[in-house]
Amino acid sequence: MQTAQLHMTMTGASEPRTARVWLHRYATLSAFCTLVLICAGALVTSNDAGLSIPDWPLSYGRLVPPLIGGIRYEWTHRLIAGTVGCLTLGLAVWLQFADPRRWMRRLGITAVGLVVAQATLGGLTVLFFQPPWVSTAHACLAQAFFCVMVSMAVFTTPEWGSRAGIRFSGARTTEKLAMTVVAAVFLQLLVGAGYRHKGLGMNWHLAGAVIVTGFVFWTVVRALRYNATESGVAPAAIALGACLLGQLFLGGGSLGAKLYYADAPQPMPIFVYVTTVHVALGALTLASAVVLALLLFRSEAQR
Amino acid sequence: METSMNWKKLLGLPLVFFALIVLAVGCSKKETEKAEDNPDDEDNTEAAAANAPAVAVDMANGATVTGKITFTGAKPTLNKIQMDAEPSCAAMHNNIPSQEVVINDNGTLRYVMVYVKDGLNGKSYKPIEQKENLDQKGCLYEPHVIGLVNSEELDISNDDKTTHNIHPQPKINREWNESQSSGDVKKKEFTQSEWPPIPVKCNIHPWMKMYIGVFNHPFFAVSGADGTFTIKGLPPGTYTIAAWQEKYGEQTQKVTVKSKEETKVDFNFKG
Repeated sequence: MQTAQLHMTMTGASEPRTARVWLHRYATLSAFCTLVLICAGALVTSNDAGLSIPDWPLSYGRLVPPLIGGIRYEWTHRLIAGTVGCLTLGLAVWLQFADPRRWMRRLGITAVGLVVAQATLGGLTVLFFQPPWVSTAHACLAQAFFCVMVSMAVFTTPEWGSRAGIRFSGARTTEKLAMTVVAAVFLQLLVGAGYRHKGLGMNWHLAGAVIVTGFVFWTVVRALRYNATESGVAPAAIALGACLLGQLFLGGGSLGAKLYYADAPQPMPIFVYVTTVHVALGALTLASAVVLALLLFRSEAQR
Repeated sequence: METSMNWKKLLGLPLVFFALIVLAVGCSKKETEKAEDNPDDEDNTEAAAANAPAVAVDMANGATVTGKITFTGAKPTLNKIQMDAEPSCAAMHNNIPSQEVVINDNGTLRYVMVYVKDGLNGKSYKPIEQKENLDQKGCLYEPHVIGLVNSEELDISNDDKTTHNIHPQPKINREWNESQSSGDVKKKEFTQSEWPPIPVKCNIHPWMKMYIGVFNHPFFAVSGADGTFTIKGLPPGTYTIAAWQEKYGEQTQKVTVKSKEETKVDFNFKG
């Protein structure tokens, strides 16, 4: 039955194709909700509201606590996290029935594992009063999970379908660079999270920004020069470059807001908004890098 | 099959970086803690004092140290607290500034912790008062700075109509974070002396901050609304008296006190 379905997908039969479109839409929605979840998490950190609910998994011993002050941010974060958890589980189940690729079905299950691990780290953050390494791990696993969700959204596009081969051996310079950019941006998000959660100094993040900027622009220029004709590569490269430019401005803005409001008795709205957008655009930068790498490796497989 | 293996590699690379950074963050934190936990000789003496059996203060024969905390120079520009998130508290204040620096009408400083930093020769003393009170009123802590003798009872009350959470962030004592609804009273204690003072915050209302200094003796005082302080019952001897303010840091003075006599020690902080 499944083989027949796979055959119909490959041959472009209309009914499975429609189902595949809906699977892709669902995967995209799940990835988008993950981005919203990252924004909600950033709001919690920026508002210093991570411990406004002292217990976990319940909130003040119940499902819905009094929604006052910082509790609003923390509880909304938990609510969206629960929604993303359900969406991820639904996607994994859907993939088991609808996707013929074994590695894709496994990726769906991996996503569920990641969301469970992420929830556990969130709980540990609350119960152990935000140890820097736990909070940093929580922030970074969120980015890794977002990458997995974005990847699944890419893999479920009808266009990707029958051309799912990915080959790492014999990678060209641009492909190697794209992989390096993914690792570098992820590393930069790690040190950024380390700084935000008071585990690392600011200099790590500033140095990382210089390195990432160099790698990203090198990769974008190469991709546009040598790989622009490959499907989707040019838009992905431009998106990556645009995200990075935006990040540089927002990074400067975050630092400026932090210094300007250093003596403020509480997190000030401008600081909160700028840092939250900085985190969200950081996630989009990583997602753009991942998509570019996937597209480049996909086109390599087509040759 | 080849695809599956390649994907493991793809996912593996960021995870390796992730593990490395988590390790780096963990190590850097440990180093920080080690540096903070590495006491000099004076701190070792304090630690030994904390373990020695505490003796009662001889109030009848003890000396008194009094003084005033003055402030000179430019007054700091303090940001206003924005209590919009809690209307019941916002209604109780009118543009209240940050409590980081509180300058009294007579030009003196409030909430400066004055304490005996050195000279007690490793002795621990019992508290003079049996308990201290910390109140949450109008979404502010009252007092903003408080001193305790280790294991002295601290009564924490919530006079507000809203819920607070009380979250001390000690380096030596046990950390805790508990919610407190309107009208509740909590009884807490810190079993070990701890300096610098423990920051206390409310994560629901992030402008709510205060400090608790925990000592192994009762020879400390916090300057009041007139900028004065009084330390009573100090055994005769030579001491280092320190005055700590959360923004301007710590100043010290050497002083020799005699039995039943009052000695004046003033401090001046510059803006």
